[in-house]
Amino acid sequence: MNLNRRKFIKRLIAAVVSIEAFFLIKNGISTKTPLTEEEKLISVGNAELFMNNKTYPFVTNHFYLRRFKDGGFMAFSVKCTHLGCVVNINSNTGGFNCPCHASQFNEFGDVISSPATRPLDTYPIIVKNNELWVDITKATTRTTFDKSQLTYI
Amino acid sequence: MTHKGPQNRVRSSIENFILHLHPMRIDKRAIKFTRTFGLGGISALLFVILFISGIILRFSYIPTVEHAYESIVELQNHSIFGQFIRNIHHLSGMLLVVVSFLHLIRVYYTQSIFQRRAKNWIYGLILLFLVLFSSFTGYLLPWDQLSFWAVTVITRVIEYFPFIGVHIAQYIRSGDVINGNTLLNFYNLHTGVIPLVFVVLMSIHFWLVRNAGGVALPKNEHKKRVNVLPNLVVKEMMVASIVIAIIFIVSVFYNAPLLDEANPLKSPNPTKAPWYFLGAQELLLHVHPIFSAVIIPIGIGVFFIYLPYFNYKDLNIGVWFNSEKGKSLVIQSALLSVAFTFILIYLFEHFLHFEIWLSTYPSWISTGVFPFLLYVLPVSAYLTLIYKKGKSSNTEVIMSLTTILVSSYITMLMISLLLRGKGMLLVF
Repeated sequence: MNLNRRKFIKRLIAAVVSIEAFFLIKNGISTKTPLTEEEKLISVGNAELFMNNKTYPFVTNHFYLRRFKDGGFMAFSVKCTHLGCVVNINSNTGGFNCPCHASQFNEFGDVISSPATRPLDTYPIIVKNNELWVDITKATTRTTFDKSQLTYI
Repeated sequence: MTHKGPQNRVRSSIENFILHLHPMRIDKRAIKFTRTFGLGGISALLFVILFISGIILRFSYIPTVEHAYESIVELQNHSIFGQFIRNIHHLSGMLLVVVSFLHLIRVYYTQSIFQRRAKNWIYGLILLFLVLFSSFTGYLLPWDQLSFWAVTVITRVIEYFPFIGVHIAQYIRSGDVINGNTLLNFYNLHTGVIPLVFVVLMSIHFWLVRNAGGVALPKNEHKKRVNVLPNLVVKEMMVASIVIAIIFIVSVFYNAPLLDEANPLKSPNPTKAPWYFLGAQELLLHVHPIFSAVIIPIGIGVFFIYLPYFNYKDLNIGVWFNSEKGKSLVIQSALLSVAFTFILIYLFEHFLHFEIWLSTYPSWISTGVFPFLLYVLPVSAYLTLIYKKGKSSNTEVIMSLTTILVSSYITMLMISLLLRGKGMLLVF
């Protein structure tokens, strides 16, 4: 490669400008306000308050909390994994139905009727002296349900 | 009848300006209405209408979650002609999508995208993409249930793209869900960045048309040239007046939709993407996202970009459908494709349940590879048949393939738009 002084300086300037532009655009457009400690962990109350085999909606915080027959807890994201609509609780089966494109999920969040292709995302649950907290910072994607995803007191 | 035009007087500044856009004299066949249907010109006119009505709307719109919806209700109910201006903007936006698409179809089927015009085809594709992008960013601004969930659905489609999809979608939305930052970003793109890019690209697009010698015409020994002033300009004025009149009249009677204010906690049933993306959404209902959101869109995109550069035989530039045979093949392919797509979707809906029959396979095989092959194999068989048995040239075969793809998309769009009711089930 034939690189003389002028070419080198031109390319250096181009590189510096592109890097600067990248950061300007990145931080300028995507101004995500970071969540405070209090917002990250949602307190849902004492574990004893929740009945077995029942789903509790916390839709404003974007999750459903379900307690299973054996007392285990799971927090499901309300977003349908197909196209991001808010799923509703199916009170007959304990599962979830999507109103937009008719996807259906069972009580463990697994798909029982397409077009959704993967189970509902979950949020980690943290137990502190019998109090339940749900960490809504990152949803966990999974391929299928297994026992290890349940949280016990 | 052709006019001689002003020859013995000094031209006005408007006439001089027009002669920067158009040449002095032009082939008579180029100004026949049915050669171009004025589609490119109408697109440019619609852009101007959108620009002006958009600027007026900008005075009363507030791009925040708290006030966006309110400001539009306020505009409609309490500003003089507020609703009318919004209707004009809405209608012109929809028309621009339709007209620029028809412009692409016209240019393609009159074989006007090859050689010197190949570069302009690429610019045209970028402009069409920009039209869709500006329409899509504008879709969110009213902040009602329609716009909120349509944009939710589309940004979710982007997430299906492997590895980088989730990051791109999060970047566009500035978060996991549509929020105030998304609205601000879309507002800036829609009213600032995109129009600016439009002006630049449109100038290049126009200049490249001139550069290639204007509208593509079949070869002819005896060219008859006429003055652009007034022969072409009069026709342009006439078409522009008719288009403006239609937009104004329809805007009086047809109101742009505005549903309830956006509620991020309640999805309407059914939730549909903006109408021009409905074909893609329909595809996503039937085929695994790895195919419907990644392989098929990229494949079709590359195919369209590469269209002018295939090694064609017997090109007849400027001739509709390349030849009489090409014309009958295009009509045949379009009809077959519409029927085939419709039947296939009906079968997928009611009879073909690959995800149940092949539940032991991973879902990308059972709901991906199999439905994909079910479409690709018959289409390939048909194309081979017309190539081998019908003795068609590769030009005609590629034209048939393009026709099949475009017709399939339009069929899916129509099915999704007209035949999908609650829970996205097929209703007749």
